[in-house]
Amino acid sequence: MIPIEDPVRSDIAPPGLPSVQVAARSPGQLAVARLRQDRVAMASLVVIVVMVALALAAPLLATWTGHPVHRQYRDTGLTEFGLPVGPRGEFWLGTDQLGRDLLVRLAYGARISLLVGAVSTVAAVGVGTAIGLSAGFLGGWPDRVLSWFIDTTLSLPFLLFAISLVALVGPGLMITVVVIILFSWCPIARVVRGQVIALREREFVEAARSLGASRLRIMAVDILPNLVVPLVVYGTLLVPQAVVFEATLSFLGLGVTPPTATWGGMLAEGADLYRVAWWMVVFPAAAVLALTLAFNLFGDSLRDAFDPRRVEAQPR
Amino acid sequence: MARFLLRRVVSGLLTMFAISVVMFILFYVAPNDPARTIAGPQATFDVVEQIQRRLGLDQPLLERFGKFLGNLVQGDLGYSYYNQRPVLHTILSRLPVTASIAFGSAVLWLAVGIPLGVASARRPGSLRDRLGTGFVLVGLSFPTFVVGLLLLYLLFFRLTLLGVEWFPAGGYVPLTESPWQWARHLLLPWITIAFATAATYARLTRGQMLEVFGEDYIRTARAKGLSERRVVYRHGLRSAVTPLFTQFGLDLALLLGGLVVTEQVFGLPGIGRLAVDSVVRGDQPIIIGTVLFASAFVVVANVLVDLGYALLDARVRIS
Repeated sequence: MIPIEDPVRSDIAPPGLPSVQVAARSPGQLAVARLRQDRVAMASLVVIVVMVALALAAPLLATWTGHPVHRQYRDTGLTEFGLPVGPRGEFWLGTDQLGRDLLVRLAYGARISLLVGAVSTVAAVGVGTAIGLSAGFLGGWPDRVLSWFIDTTLSLPFLLFAISLVALVGPGLMITVVVIILFSWCPIARVVRGQVIALREREFVEAARSLGASRLRIMAVDILPNLVVPLVVYGTLLVPQAVVFEATLSFLGLGVTPPTATWGGMLAEGADLYRVAWWMVVFPAAAVLALTLAFNLFGDSLRDAFDPRRVEAQPR
Repeated sequence: MARFLLRRVVSGLLTMFAISVVMFILFYVAPNDPARTIAGPQATFDVVEQIQRRLGLDQPLLERFGKFLGNLVQGDLGYSYYNQRPVLHTILSRLPVTASIAFGSAVLWLAVGIPLGVASARRPGSLRDRLGTGFVLVGLSFPTFVVGLLLLYLLFFRLTLLGVEWFPAGGYVPLTESPWQWARHLLLPWITIAFATAATYARLTRGQMLEVFGEDYIRTARAKGLSERRVVYRHGLRSAVTPLFTQFGLDLALLLGGLVVTEQVFGLPGIGRLAVDSVVRGDQPIIIGTVLFASAFVVVANVLVDLGYALLDARVRIS
């Protein structure tokens, strides 16, 4: 409970009953309060924060362990047969096939994953909102053209199309982000379009129109704020998709290229050596899974917390 | 009905046309010279020009596009730069592998996902429901290649070390050669794909069932004294599966177009593997071919799904 002094509705308490102090809370405050009660949401938030901290602290970790990210420890980091060494005192999570510290590389990989996740999500939400808002609000032929455009993009086999784009441009961080944006704005645009079609008939939009507000103003000032909650929820759920997509492309050797440390790339290297070095698969896999699971769980909780029609499921 | 179908087919053709245009522009108009790629960095100008002539790259753009489209309509996707074999033939020769993986995993994910969703929906909030939801979230969070690698490590490597040689690491045995070996070799890929997809279906089924359970006719069915089983499966599930049908058509089409990751992990020579190899080799006709081939699956599936939907649900036909 967040005690709020004002406004207190004790003045309208029915006569004869003791006046009850009821603090009014905004839907946002209610949602945050619900979220704080949600243990799963808090746990996933902790995981996300830890991952972000790991990513930010990657250079610190390299200094602290004394293992720069690209340094190959051929003497201590490889066995006499040239194989990676497992987790031990010097290398907490073991080393990879070149004798590099897996822990440090994992931390640097988190940077790429989170960067790609954040940048492509923000861009996809931006593009999707712009297109969905225009389609839904304008209606008529703009809507038909844009909807057809969305449907066509959705019928592209995205992974094949992505790798064919990579074939043209050559692998890299930039093209990875572009490809992810290209395929993640569509669902957002669809959701936004649907919401806007419902919103556009509401009285407050009619009121704005009768006051002489321009279409652009109605879209930006009256409709857009109503889309913030679904956008936040869907945006949160887009992050894990982007992370997985980047990891997949890097795994196929078509994403971010070596020697840059990425989780997908580390898993690709681990795939060749899993028989002798389980840690090369298990730790990056656990990192990908932890991050995507945390974002998925958090997004789900976010949706529950913001959905006022939420039905409290009762165990029977 | 005929008009509805016609409209859907025309829109599907338009989509295919748009995708062809995009692919053509990307690969033949963008600053990118296939002849240069084939000739290699050491080639002289003459050689490059010769290759350009042979591939018809010296012709005017519109003429080339017309030819590209004309051939496309006849099912001629050109010839591979790599081994000069017809593209369509190469892709079709890989289809049985991809289809084997796709259909097998489809059976698996339907068999797991739908009952799981039904079980969750029957008692929302129960322990069973929460376990089901947990599975869904884990399934959705696991990238395909991570599932594949972990399955390889645990079910192939660890078990084989223990002397249990149930699961081979990969490879493909045609169904016609030995059905048993075929299934054995594909079991891990099936599980890999079904894992995430079953999660999606469990979630969809649960949502649909919960909605259906709120309907009056379910209450009526219960009031009539029908057994719970009959109410859930005969009355409830039947109307809940219609939206699943759409999803299923599209998912299957998407898989048939190539399973890039799974084929890579398990070393299966399907269409997805072909695409990745072609990217590495710079074999553009094959790359374009695989993308168009896979898009065609999705477009056809879209039309078929709409058709099936219209047959199942009269409301769709009218609107």
